Amino acid sequence: MEKLNVLVVDDEPGICSGINRILSKFSVGFPFMDENIGFDVEETFSGEEAIKILDNKVPDIILLDNKLPGMLGIEVLEYINKKRFETIVLMITSYASLELAVKATNQGAHDFIPKPFTPQELRSAIESVTKHIFLKRMTRKLNKEGKQIRFQFLSVLSHELKTPLNAIEGYLRIMQERQAGNDLEGYNKIIDRSLLRVKGMRNLIMDLLDLTKIESGKKRREVAPVNIAEIAKISVDTMGPISIQKDVKIYLKTPAEVIFEADQEEFEIIFNNLLSNAIKYNIEGGRVDCIIDDQADKLIITIKDTGIGMDEDEMPRLFDEFVRIKNEQTKNISGSGLGLSIVKKLIRLYKGDITVESKPGEGSTFRLKFPR
Amino acid sequence: MEKNKKSILLVDDDEDYLFQTRLNIEQFGFKVITADSQSEAEKLLETLKPDLAILDLMMESDDSGFILAFKLKRKYPDVPVIIATAVTAETGMSFGVSSEEDRKWIKADLYIEKGIRADQLHKEIIKLLKI
Repeated sequence: MEKLNVLVVDDEPGICSGINRILSKFSVGFPFMDENIGFDVEETFSGEEAIKILDNKVPDIILLDNKLPGMLGIEVLEYINKKRFETIVLMITSYASLELAVKATNQGAHDFIPKPFTPQELRSAIESVTKHIFLKRMTRKLNKEGKQIRFQFLSVLSHELKTPLNAIEGYLRIMQERQAGNDLEGYNKIIDRSLLRVKGMRNLIMDLLDLTKIESGKKRREVAPVNIAEIAKISVDTMGPISIQKDVKIYLKTPAEVIFEADQEEFEIIFNNLLSNAIKYNIEGGRVDCIIDDQADKLIITIKDTGIGMDEDEMPRLFDEFVRIKNEQTKNISGSGLGLSIVKKLIRLYKGDITVESKPGEGSTFRLKFPR
Repeated sequence: MEKNKKSILLVDDDEDYLFQTRLNIEQFGFKVITADSQSEAEKLLETLKPDLAILDLMMESDDSGFILAFKLKRKYPDVPVIIATAVTAETGMSFGVSSEEDRKWIKADLYIEKGIRADQLHKEIIKLLKI
């Protein structure tokens, strides 16, 4: 197991050994990592000692108390900044010095752990730092390999994944503390919301898998003559349950056979995303028209809805990652914010393009053109 | 007794965060008014003056919380404002309100991470309300 080096700087031996005990038994794993990461902990009781250790070898993570007998933690932090040591500093502060914690954060401390902390709080802080280190390393590795990697993307992604986790965690805590009494009935809403957030997270992960498959170029594309009309029909059927739920009717207008050189799965993703949007952003009792126009030199697919539509200023960023239009009408609609960016990337693989026309309150029309 | 309860305006577009934080703050003994968007909060503020406001940073737009804080402070300069956000750790964005300069343009009295523990939040509220 790979190990990260952790240096604990605290003048209270009890805290040092406590942290040591907790972290030596702890390891962090994420679904996207091959193996778990464990921790080697070194303890020191003063800032001066810490600097000696740092000059010799820079640990991956430093847990730094501010109130030390000689040199203060914040001074150690300054030293780390001056030397440009590559390490992540977590300040341990007593609650009263939150202001200091903010200052330390501004000076480059990654985060702070308020004291007293529970083993679980320590573990989650370390988990988040480990993820940060891992992503940073991965970024560097990919950069070295000449691959473009967008740290921004990963940052936003971790935010998108963390938000539902926070929500679920909060609900579990409410249940743990029996804040709504001892009757399980009282927790129905909480359970429903938690399940909804889990579902949203699952959808995000599925979309993400689609996106990474496209971006890595690793997915084996199987381009062959396929019947686009057939794929559209399957997608319309797939949307059956959600269209019934929302009372939206889907009309498919297509010649029986539209043969096009394509990867079946890619077109399924395109249809599924656009049709599900057309339903989600529709009004109750609305309609969706999916029209396939098979021309000699190009294939045109039009997906038109009678939904809530968009303002002009909302459209330019529509195909960007994690962009979701937020307003009064969309606030109860869930989505990963990745669907349209996936669709656009797929269309590009066919040298096609996608355009959108929309009017608030009337609906949106997405038009896809694929050259033959 | 009810009448003397301090009121806290809580604005966040995450329904779950709103629900959970409301529950916490109500247990501290405050009255909570919620809004789930910048625009709804602005409407509320036309007729209501809370004793304190806790605003999410990213709502309709990425800086909704700042704009709302600015507007709130312009109307009620004496109402303490806390901006709550989850963005720092992930995006590397960092904004505290510890320096005088920051305080001038970020119209907030305090900035907190969303993961903050309930008892910490409680203490911060009490500190800002000076009770």
